[in-house]
Amino acid sequence: MNPRAYLSLLAVLSLPLPATEIREFQDPAQQASYESLIKDLRCLVCQNQSLADSDADLAKDLRTEVYNIIQSGKNEEEAVKFLTDRYGDFVLYRPPVKPITYLLWLGPFVALLGGGLFLWRQARRRSVAGVDDELSAEERQRLERLKAKIEG
Amino acid sequence: MRMRFLIPLGVFVIMVIFLGIGLKLDPREVPSPFIGKPAPVFSLPQVAEPSQTFGSVDLKGQVSLFNVWASWCVSCRQEHPFLMQLSKAKVIPIYGLNYKDEREAALGWLQQFGNPYRTSAFDADGRVGINWGVYGVPETFVVDKNGVIRYKQTGPITEQVWTETLFPLIQKLQAEEVGA
Repeated sequence: MNPRAYLSLLAVLSLPLPATEIREFQDPAQQASYESLIKDLRCLVCQNQSLADSDADLAKDLRTEVYNIIQSGKNEEEAVKFLTDRYGDFVLYRPPVKPITYLLWLGPFVALLGGGLFLWRQARRRSVAGVDDELSAEERQRLERLKAKIEG
Repeated sequence: MRMRFLIPLGVFVIMVIFLGIGLKLDPREVPSPFIGKPAPVFSLPQVAEPSQTFGSVDLKGQVSLFNVWASWCVSCRQEHPFLMQLSKAKVIPIYGLNYKDEREAALGWLQQFGNPYRTSAFDADGRVGINWGVYGVPETFVVDKNGVIRYKQTGPITEQVWTETLFPLIQKLQAEEVGA
């Protein structure tokens, strides 16, 4: 085998192989929505993997369900609804904004605001008060004593 | 003014409390959206009698347990003796959903370890399982007299789960009127 053929074979072999089966759609738009959907849906068995990444049996079945829904011409929302009706919002990597998730969505901004407010107040207090470099009478006495000691 | 140094300690204590709560939560337990909703409709051939069906209509009229099991499921085997005990005590009828299994294997399993189920429905491709939101066998649904799902136990039923949660709930549901 000549080196060029060898290299190109090597290049082909080193392409990342999809962990999952390949599903084809006639319509590239459907293909795109299928691919993006399964990346955004969580596998319930291996919870830190998406449906796209997971090798679990259930993930495969759920991919089939999503595939059939999209293939039948329904839109992404319907596929997502199919899953949330059965498994709850847990399957979504992007949970919807609703009362139970307010803390989740708004928490970071509240923390940022609180931290900013705290910093601002600290900074203002310091600039108003100035640095407290006055020594008390007691401290001054002690300083004198130390000086005397060092200077001998 | 000295109290200011207690603030980081306070923050730390609050963090420890939250982390402690976090340790106790089980991320595997996904709340089921079916609680309080009618059992998803299905009708499947039975495991033992393929010519006969078992379906959601058969779950109405009494409080029952609907247990999802499979012969390949390790935790089901662990749970099985307890189900046998329950079925002997006749507290509540137990129905089974044999999930993504092979008929031969399922029948062999029941023969070898005993059959706690009145009937098991045979869900070969797991579609009914998906419609019930099954993601980790064994799972057990408590279905009330009106065919409404009232509770879901993910993972094996243990003595503790039974005495602390399931049995009190079942007693409450059994006291309810049909159609209430």
